[in-house]
Amino acid sequence: MYGSGRIIPALIIFVGLMTFPIWYNAGKAQQPPVLVLPTEHTECVRDAQYMRESHMVLLHEWRDDILRKSGPRSGVTASGMQYQRSLQQGCMSCHYDKKNFCDQCHDYTAVVPDCWACHLEPTKEAI
Amino acid sequence: MKKDRRDFLKLAGCAAVAGVGSSTAFHSLLRGEAEAAGLRRAGTKKEKTGVRLGMVIDIQKFLDDQDLARRCIRVCHQIHNVPEFGNPKDEIKWLWTDRFEHVFVKDTHYRQAQHLQGMPVLTLCNHCDNPPCVRACPTKATFKKADGIVGMDYHRCIGCRFCMAACPYGARSFNWRDPRGMDEHGRSFIRELNPDYPARTMGVVEKCNFCSKRLAQGKLPACVEEAAGAEAMFFGDLNDPNSEVSRVLREKFTIQRRPSLGTYPSVFYII
Ligand code: SF4
Ligand code: SF4
Repeated sequence: MYGSGRIIPALIIFVGLMTFPIWYNAGKAQQPPVLVLPTEHTECVRDAQYMRESHMVLLHEWRDDILRKSGPRSGVTASGMQYQRSLQQGCMSCHYDKKNFCDQCHDYTAVVPDCWACHLEPTKEAI
Repeated sequence: MKKDRRDFLKLAGCAAVAGVGSSTAFHSLLRGEAEAAGLRRAGTKKEKTGVRLGMVIDIQKFLDDQDLARRCIRVCHQIHNVPEFGNPKDEIKWLWTDRFEHVFVKDTHYRQAQHLQGMPVLTLCNHCDNPPCVRACPTKATFKKADGIVGMDYHRCIGCRFCMAACPYGARSFNWRDPRGMDEHGRSFIRELNPDYPARTMGVVEKCNFCSKRLAQGKLPACVEEAAGAEAMFFGDLNDPNSEVSRVLREKFTIQRRPSLGTYPSVFYII
């Protein structure tokens, strides 16, 4: 093959470079982010596993129920804790550190929610 | 198998009939929904069912206190994070004033009292009982609630502005610009953000929601509270004979905006 002396090594280097991230990270497990949890509370409105997987479903349920059916704006957990069914005033009153809570996982999973286009993040004063 | 044009048309015809037969549009026509969706004939008696929240505005009281309307607008726009773009083309209004002859359109009156001309009248979404904006909205972002409030779900609004075309009162505004942005002098369009209430994004239609959130907390709408001292605005269940609005409507002569359209506004004006 004409020019194989240069093409084949170049191809090997090219493939090696393209797959660099794969073999560089091979064998190492990616560390999921460590979230900073609120210190004042030990429980959320549902169990941690449900919140991890389905908090967005819960938020949509709250939204439709409150907005369309004038549903209750507050709820009570199994252990009797009162909470506001509201992203801005409920969730964010405990999880006020958005950078170290929401953003951590959302950056890790590359999911960009558009909540914050309208809903206001807690301000510095609130922290 | 050879298909000629004739066979194809026969087949297409059968498919179309089957399709139409099962389509919801056809069924809703059969069920008479189309009639319900059309304008009711004006003057047809409307039965009173359930809660229907409504408002009475006393125009004379606003004439006595020239600053009152401005204060009502300010408190409404402040608590709801309504942006101020500083030009009428981009203007977002939940509560605003317009000249009497624009609110109660002159074209439909042979004569209007001279002293009322040019008088500023407070206007807002009428929370119509038969709201054309709700029928026009293809995403159900605009909907009518059981308490009579015509609500907006800004998450669902796709900015098609059908509702704006459908509302005969100009009660809806479109966000041509980002409400959370700044003008060329670096001033935020929302002067003072209220941290308890969300804002909106560019490309979303917005309007007054009768202060649904305050009502849920057992409060009156902010404008009504502001005007309480002057007894200029009243709010409550129009279907409850013992409510304050019902009392005012019994005692005073009131008019509504463009009643001939059959939208049944829930906002009444004492002239
Ligand atoms: S005033 Fe306009 S926006 Fe408000 S309910 Fe009536 S039609 Fe809809
Ligand atoms: S602009 Fe939004 S609210 Fe209006 S009709 Fe379209 S989707 Fe519905």
